[in-house]
Amino acid sequence: MRLVELLRLSLETFRTHRMRSFLTALGIIIGVMTVIAIVSLIQGMNYEVEKQISSLGSNTIFIQKFAFGMGRLDWDEINKRPNFTMDDALAISQLPTIDKVAPSRSRTLNKITWRSNKVTNVDMSGSTPALAEVGNYTVETGRFINSDDSLRRHQVCVIGGYIVDNLFPYETPLGKRLVLDGKSYLVVGVLARKGSFLGQSQDNVVVVPITSFEKDFAPGRGFGELMYSIAVAAMPKKGVPIEKAIDDVRELMRRRHKLGYDKPDDFGISTQDTIRDIYRNITRVAYIVMIAVAAISLLVGGIGIMNIMLVAVAERTREIGLRKALGATNQDVLWQFLLEAVMLSLVGGAIGVALGLGIAKVVELAAHLKAAAPLWTILVGVGFSAGVGIFFGIYPASRAARLNPIQALRYE
Amino acid sequence: MLIRTDNITKTYLTGTVEVPALAGVTLEIDKGEYAALMGPSGSGKSTLMHVLGCLDTPTSGRYWFNDRDISTLDDIELAHLRNREIGFVFQSFNLLPRLSAQANVQLPMLYAGMPVRERQARAAELLEMVGLKDRMTHNPNELSGGEMQRVAIARAFANRPSVVLADEPTGNLDSKTGVEIMRIFGSLAEQGNTIILVTHDQSVAGHARRIIHLADGKIVS
Repeated sequence: MRLVELLRLSLETFRTHRMRSFLTALGIIIGVMTVIAIVSLIQGMNYEVEKQISSLGSNTIFIQKFAFGMGRLDWDEINKRPNFTMDDALAISQLPTIDKVAPSRSRTLNKITWRSNKVTNVDMSGSTPALAEVGNYTVETGRFINSDDSLRRHQVCVIGGYIVDNLFPYETPLGKRLVLDGKSYLVVGVLARKGSFLGQSQDNVVVVPITSFEKDFAPGRGFGELMYSIAVAAMPKKGVPIEKAIDDVRELMRRRHKLGYDKPDDFGISTQDTIRDIYRNITRVAYIVMIAVAAISLLVGGIGIMNIMLVAVAERTREIGLRKALGATNQDVLWQFLLEAVMLSLVGGAIGVALGLGIAKVVELAAHLKAAAPLWTILVGVGFSAGVGIFFGIYPASRAARLNPIQALRYE
Repeated sequence: MLIRTDNITKTYLTGTVEVPALAGVTLEIDKGEYAALMGPSGSGKSTLMHVLGCLDTPTSGRYWFNDRDISTLDDIELAHLRNREIGFVFQSFNLLPRLSAQANVQLPMLYAGMPVRERQARAAELLEMVGLKDRMTHNPNELSGGEMQRVAIARAFANRPSVVLADEPTGNLDSKTGVEIMRIFGSLAEQGNTIILVTHDQSVAGHARRIIHLADGKIVS
């Protein structure tokens, strides 16, 4: 019998057993939906994070009291580590392999107001003019902080686009004075926009000279104090491999901290790759969890399909007997039931793909995250559900095919 | 010779007891015959029909259908034989409830691989032959018992089989409807079709031109 006829036959069953077919396919639907939704969200997140990590500059080395990383950090131990100083930054900048160094301190400002407008949770950093290059900042209007500002501790600041939008929607911010934690600072420049990351604006920033920062803003307590320690971003000279530059910085800092050869580093060095590794570790865990969830629900879904197909074979024993009497071969019967199982899981898989893409879209809109389902996930989702249909459908179908026609016809 | 059997036996195993259903049946049925297998229940007439219809294989003895030895055929060849050469009419009609009368009649043609248009035309022709032209799109649950059996007869003749086997075709019908059904069989036999009725009812068997009496798995007359 031809495939078209068999397909029509299996779809016929869905029409007559709508609810039952839907419930049977539900396991597959949930499994495939989960995979598609999670993969497209992770892919979207990868895209955002990759963009973000790349914007750090592939060559930048970050030197702080602790390295970025996964796992538990011993905060008590870290708190005992010596703080970085401006002298450390200077020494690093004088290494023959290092081109530019931008030391910076940072803290969060709860609120900045201008007339009746306000912005909250602003990232404020104190740094040097080198930050423009090392931190990948471009000035849109006005100017960046300069060495004169640093030297004379000028109370000037450069602000991000988010702050401009919220505080100065109808006027130029240049020449205005903002009150930062009780101190008055003159706006001298506006930074080009970096956009948002995971729904968080990257343009909610204020940059001031590091010398002014040290004079005007006391460190916070606890974690704030820790973050108050200078973090140094350094760029190796052109043509110098980043590993070589890292080695030099490490050696220098160990010497400056007078560490014995058997003592571990009391500082941390990170690069773009370290951050990327951390991120990859996180997504790997997410993928493993996803695969487990998908495998379990496909297994449960497959068992559901096998169960319902066994019921269908029992229910339709007389039909099978009749079909054989009318000339159906064992293969015809096998294909009829196998195709029914495959169609059941395939339709479930297709619904799962659609729902998964829908969920990803909803999350995309809610979290301002670009979700993207690569074609392979859809193919894998549909392919796996078809596989489940074949695997769990073959036993009931072969049982149907082997039925003795006379006994089947007599079956009540 | 269309059907020729030589000393066919069939033994069923129920638990550990062997029950002989056929105890040596030798039979010849010619093309164009209208015969009735008659006997009380347990006489082996249903078993004989299953063997003749290639739904079952004999325990011993030989069976030639159109001069082909059935024991040499494999499952697929037997299925093809049932499909092309044999038509069945059952006591309980055995129509598929979800299909229309026309779709039910098309089933054997479907398995024969006939193209859709041809199938539809042939099904319409067959349903007109049994007087159900205006009932083609109805499902079995919208038809009376007599109408359902007429659909089943149309289905049995779908692939122009060499023989049609009818197992108690009037058993589930009232006597008036039964007579109508027998009239259809009569006219189909008149047109040269080979028909074998299986019945325990003398008045039904009386319609056939030849009556084969069975008792205890043997032909008695």
